[in-house]
Amino acid sequence: MTAHNTLATPKSRAENVQRVVTPGGVEAWLVESYAVPLVALEFSARGGAAQDPAGKEGLATLLASLLDEGAGPHDSRSFHRVVEDLAVHIGFGADRDALSGHLQTLSRNLDQAFALLKLALNDPRFDEDAIERVRGQLAAGIKRDANEPDAMVAKAFREAAFPGHPYSRPARGELDTLERLTRADLETMRGRLFARDNLKIAVVGAIDAATLAARLDETFGCWSPRGDLAPVSDIVVHDIGARKIIDLDVPQSTMRFGRPGIAKKDPDYFAAVVVNHILGGGVFTARLFNEVREKRGLAYSVYSQLHEFDHCPMMVGGAATKNERAGETIEVLEEQCRLLSAEGPSPDELDKAKKFLTGSYALRFDTSTKIAGQLVNIQIDGLEPSYLDERNAKIDSVTLEDARRAARRLLGDGKVLLAVAGRPQGIS
Amino acid sequence: MSTQFSSTIALTPGAAAAPTSGAPGVTHLKLPNGMEIVVIPDHRTPVVTHMVWYKNGSADDPLGKSGIAHFLEHLMFKGTKENPQGAFSNLVAELGGQENAFTGYDYTAYFQRIGKEHLATLMRFEADRMINLLLSDEVVGPEREVVLEERRMRVDNDPGAQLDETLQATLFAHHPYGTPIIGWNHEIEELSREDALAYYTRFYTPENAILIVAGDVDAPTVETLAAQTYGKIPARAQAPARRRPQEPPPRAERLVTLTDEKVEQPSHERVFVVPSYTTAAPGEAEALDVLAHMLGGGPASVLYETLVGEDKLAVSVGAYYVGAALDDTRLYIFATPAEGVDLKDLDIALDRVLGEFIETQLNEEDLQRAKTRMIADAVYARDSQVSLARWYGEALATGLCVVDVADWPDRIDAVTGAAVIDAARKWLEKKRSVTGFLLPKETAKETADA
Repeated sequence: MTAHNTLATPKSRAENVQRVVTPGGVEAWLVESYAVPLVALEFSARGGAAQDPAGKEGLATLLASLLDEGAGPHDSRSFHRVVEDLAVHIGFGADRDALSGHLQTLSRNLDQAFALLKLALNDPRFDEDAIERVRGQLAAGIKRDANEPDAMVAKAFREAAFPGHPYSRPARGELDTLERLTRADLETMRGRLFARDNLKIAVVGAIDAATLAARLDETFGCWSPRGDLAPVSDIVVHDIGARKIIDLDVPQSTMRFGRPGIAKKDPDYFAAVVVNHILGGGVFTARLFNEVREKRGLAYSVYSQLHEFDHCPMMVGGAATKNERAGETIEVLEEQCRLLSAEGPSPDELDKAKKFLTGSYALRFDTSTKIAGQLVNIQIDGLEPSYLDERNAKIDSVTLEDARRAARRLLGDGKVLLAVAGRPQGIS
Repeated sequence: MSTQFSSTIALTPGAAAAPTSGAPGVTHLKLPNGMEIVVIPDHRTPVVTHMVWYKNGSADDPLGKSGIAHFLEHLMFKGTKENPQGAFSNLVAELGGQENAFTGYDYTAYFQRIGKEHLATLMRFEADRMINLLLSDEVVGPEREVVLEERRMRVDNDPGAQLDETLQATLFAHHPYGTPIIGWNHEIEELSREDALAYYTRFYTPENAILIVAGDVDAPTVETLAAQTYGKIPARAQAPARRRPQEPPPRAERLVTLTDEKVEQPSHERVFVVPSYTTAAPGEAEALDVLAHMLGGGPASVLYETLVGEDKLAVSVGAYYVGAALDDTRLYIFATPAEGVDLKDLDIALDRVLGEFIETQLNEEDLQRAKTRMIADAVYARDSQVSLARWYGEALATGLCVVDVADWPDRIDAVTGAAVIDAARKWLEKKRSVTGFLLPKETAKETADA
């Protein structure tokens, strides 16, 4: 095998991606590379915290947190010791839309690492003491964040943005909902989410397709063919222009803002990516950075980004400024949004943004784990490996007119839904 | 996290055989003007990580001017005569690169990640701002405000961070590691353009700098490009000798308590002053590294299995050793108490478990488990050019050599159980430590009234 299989050769990245489909019907994308003696696997199964039943918020998170706390013949302590003995990295998490996991192993422990993953996913013990311990850890995290400004604005923002919708609920749950979760709840959730439809897997490293196929069937082959997901409705960010202020006795106001975004499948999506970069995506070069931080010294951190929940595309961002100048910061912020919406970017801004976005794409592929993560995301978006080679052309083809239109759609009248924690002055 | 050094050459016995692609090892050389160069090849993707490390950090801030090293790091983005403010950053962005910088106690580093074909350009700009930085009061003023916002964000909003600052200042009552890297608020407010320039002139010289290039490069190319750019800068003198006021030997165990109405989750922290890889006797830092991992490197560690698993006094506990430091350094133990557990009881339990650890012969299996994990992480590091570059940078900036990084896995492998126990007995004496309690306001009041 050549040791220089790279995923970022200018000619074709897609060429290095093998689509592996197992006899059992499990699919994974593989980049075979023997340069470093390790294998990295990432997977994502659709259905996350948004699937928590009402009153049982935190269930998906608790489930993910317990998968590496004892499985098969290993109680928690034994499982952790085996993980260390093999020196693997194994972990699981849940966000609102998905349950995901990763495995990283040295080549020499490949078989044993996969055996551990198989146990964790198919035979987790959910022992009572493990459940209590992990519940306690999650509760401690909730308490730690109770008066933490970033957590507070995130909560205020989502409650205002998604009223009555699963996205308004905390993924980690609340202290009282966590208390209610039972072993039976965990098993039920596992049965609902662990399914082969909507399962996306990517593997990078020192493993060939045939070996991988066998391991995948052992690990995921017995998952049910179809998940049991409650439908989640589409929703648009609500309450644009509103100010949600949470009083906190700190000298700095922490802000989170947002507006409805543009869906990934929308023809204007790539134009929106370019526009967001110009507004607040480019560190050192973005309008928000220059107006809020460089010129006025209002904030250390100020940014905007596109974020897509499965059922809600958004533009969100943040800033933190001393209380006395909070009003000034939000004024500058909304004015910059309004300006960009009304006038669109300059040709020079457009050109530079496109150059950055295309030129920096290769930086996403410099570790095995990052490559695997990119491949999982591409699969989630319903795209083919050829996207790796097409993506830059899509950015490049954004015209000034496209950008103007996307800016108007993305930024509207420049108003945002704003959540602030602190004692901000000058915000009504 | 324990300091982990990475190697693309030596692997330990028992690890997988080195790849047969002929992946070259790490090259270390020096320009005539004294600038050190380290080249770390990784040909899997046509990207390079370009870093310049200056061998000075916040511990070299002049007395009364805390935060100047970090402030200067911010100001380094304000432009030179040839490349005015924004020119470098705009160019990096246009070329599809990402950039940032960071300041530690012992070093300040500037880096970019970019397609390999732009390496020469980066070197030109970086060499330019090494000696030609222009600063005006118009530019310095707003940036001072930015730094104050950064401090508010990191510290003023967060009682836990305030306790950490106090722990650090108490542990190092004399040595400048006790002063926060970002500086004290009242001193940041007074930092001037002249202060920045004086610091810049003293420390930003080629003989005080290390160039690290990782990624799709080879040593001869890097050397040629560096000679054409950094190599043209004349050495000013010898690199400044860094002699910080040393901490006197600790005599008393200390307890620091911070209460705040924003705290809903109490937490416990203990920090010890211990030798670093630079100041330790041979084998001692390695023993401390293994010790920290065995005590609290994850859920299979002694403290976790005992305090969380068996005693159920804590919901989480961990430990880490900051091995890369020019002077004596810190070993941390941190724990979150279980619901209803008093921090004083957790503290007593921690003393008990540490005491038992020192009096009990180490289980060979446990020792091997720790070493296996630590050595494996050196292999995982080879997967990330950024990780490798940072580890070499930290090592060289704190008085170590490239060889120290390359053979770290072997030295870890050689650590014996007896050495780990000895390190614990000698260095984890309670009088060498400060303990911190983070508490909600009511609890402290109850304690005071009792």
